[in-house]
Amino acid sequence: MFDDPAREPLLRVEGLKMHFPIYRGVFRRRAGEVRAVDDLSFEITAGETLGLVGESGCGKSTTGRAILRLYEPTAGSIRLEGREIATLEGGALRAIRPEMQMIFQDPQASLNPRMTVGSIIAEPLDEHGRLSRSARRARVMALMDAVGLNRSFVNRYPHEFSGGQRQRIGIARALALNPKFIVCDEPIAALDVSIQAQVVNLLEDLQDRLGLTYLFISHDLSMVRHIADRVAVMYLGRLAEIGPTQALFARPLHPYTEALISAVPSPDPDAEAGRKRIILKGDVPSPAKPPAGCVFHTRCPKVFDRCRKEVPQLLDKGDGRRVACHLHDDSVVHVREDVAEPGAAI
Amino acid sequence: MTDAAAPTVASGIDTPEHSLWSDVWYQFRHHRGAMAGVVIFALIVLLVIAGPWIWNTDPTYIDVKARNAWPSFAHPMGTDNIGRDIFAQVIQGGRVSLLVGFTAMLISLLVGTLVGVLAGYYRRLDGILMRVTDLFLALPLLPLLLVVIMLFRDTLRAAFGPETGIFLLIVFIIGITSWMNTARIVRGDVLGIKEREFVVAAKSVGTPSRRIILRHILPNVLSPIMVSATLGIANAIITESALSFLGLGFPSDFPTWGRLLFDGANFMTLTPARVIWPGLAISMTVLSINFIGDGLRDALDPRIRGR
Repeated sequence: MFDDPAREPLLRVEGLKMHFPIYRGVFRRRAGEVRAVDDLSFEITAGETLGLVGESGCGKSTTGRAILRLYEPTAGSIRLEGREIATLEGGALRAIRPEMQMIFQDPQASLNPRMTVGSIIAEPLDEHGRLSRSARRARVMALMDAVGLNRSFVNRYPHEFSGGQRQRIGIARALALNPKFIVCDEPIAALDVSIQAQVVNLLEDLQDRLGLTYLFISHDLSMVRHIADRVAVMYLGRLAEIGPTQALFARPLHPYTEALISAVPSPDPDAEAGRKRIILKGDVPSPAKPPAGCVFHTRCPKVFDRCRKEVPQLLDKGDGRRVACHLHDDSVVHVREDVAEPGAAI
Repeated sequence: MTDAAAPTVASGIDTPEHSLWSDVWYQFRHHRGAMAGVVIFALIVLLVIAGPWIWNTDPTYIDVKARNAWPSFAHPMGTDNIGRDIFAQVIQGGRVSLLVGFTAMLISLLVGTLVGVLAGYYRRLDGILMRVTDLFLALPLLPLLLVVIMLFRDTLRAAFGPETGIFLLIVFIIGITSWMNTARIVRGDVLGIKEREFVVAAKSVGTPSRRIILRHILPNVLSPIMVSATLGIANAIITESALSFLGLGFPSDFPTWGRLLFDGANFMTLTPARVIWPGLAISMTVLSINFIGDGLRDALDPRIRGR
């Protein structure tokens, strides 16, 4: 397992599937399944931020929660520092939990309204390891300092704080056990724009100081562009494209990525005036009945015959870029053009 | 939750860390209604416990010459139609009524909360537990009581003596037939709360289910539990009197508040004190417990706390 720790990424996800069964009828028979996450593979190296983007319902949050083993993955492997955690149970799973933590989207809902800030932050400490009263208290204070909360707030309740401050409490709780890996599940989506920057800066600052690794789930592309080192684009439970942020934003390979990026407004008025939006037609298909072939073919502006039949595999395009699209399958380019001609004529 | 645990008003950066319960206790003491409730309830309990030493008339002593007497110094609450002292009877009856009310409420609360939390939290248990709840709700209460009492009265009497035996039977029956509403309400609340993100956060920390229930779920469903508890006491006291009235409860010479009320109802025009005093005792108990429950609910909710 630990054959080459230097090259082993912090987190390696392979073929992750998360299917939720649907039960119907009087006898609660299994009538199918929602394929929330279907055959997802990626890795995150230590100290980097991987942005995970996609429209709502594409399985971003489910991916994050499955990696943290808040769900039982249907299939696939999740390796944290080379250690398989997809199949861990009970005590072994509990022992690995301090390594990976989560920051939630809604800071209002993610804090127990009946607990003081002090006891919320101290909960992970109480669950793992025996700290003396004073050591526990010192740790809580240090965490509050680290996230920029006034120490005198320790006895207050979540409802007494603003959204940004609540998110800081959530971050302090996630940091309590010195995790290596943090899943940020849309941590800024519920905040005011003015507060978003503060929280993102805090996250970056903490990453520099503590050497954290983030999986940053978001649908805010400009924020992902700012914070992420690499970006993974998801569509309907599958990975469409993954690559370094700059390259991906400069030259998106997958038509879906292209459409997504074309929707980001530019702060430069000239560039904004020249921006051409690619507007996708139709709705996202139901993940309970994903289309055959490429899941994006129902809405893809560059669709051709092969897309409807064959599921595209992730193709390595060099420079750490990978894309799941038949357009970029160089080995069969001529086949594609042959097939595409009659389709275009109609 | 003792006085010593109450937080002292300290200022400065290094304020002592408060826990949920010390804050609750602090807020509870500052809830006027709740404190009034505590005082009244404590007085009633004190009177009922220490009463026989203050007023040492035997509640079963029959003084035929003084029957149907109006309140006087000899009989502060008057006498009944065979000359027994009402004050002594109210004191004696209060012991039983309060004990029955409290124990039955505790049983029903415990069973109801347990069933509700288990059904709401563990999906596998939900179906079976809720069907059992429906079953109990569908049971016709009175015929069931008749059967149970006929079946077990004599064995219990033989085992524990007439009074303890019937007490256990009544408490058990009232408790076991009144937990269903609590269970349903608690289940509904638990279903909602267990999907909230703070429970997911606790899971991601690795908190085991039992501690998630104790730390995150129970404190958030305490309000409905509190309400059903206060209503439960009143209900238990009244059900007990109904049972005694039907001749299924305590023996007829054994006073309880409910029994006194029913016996006195026929003589309401002649000696109104016979219904006023036990009625007042029941109302004051229920009212004070309601206030205590109200204060507890407010104290447990940090959003209401401090207003």
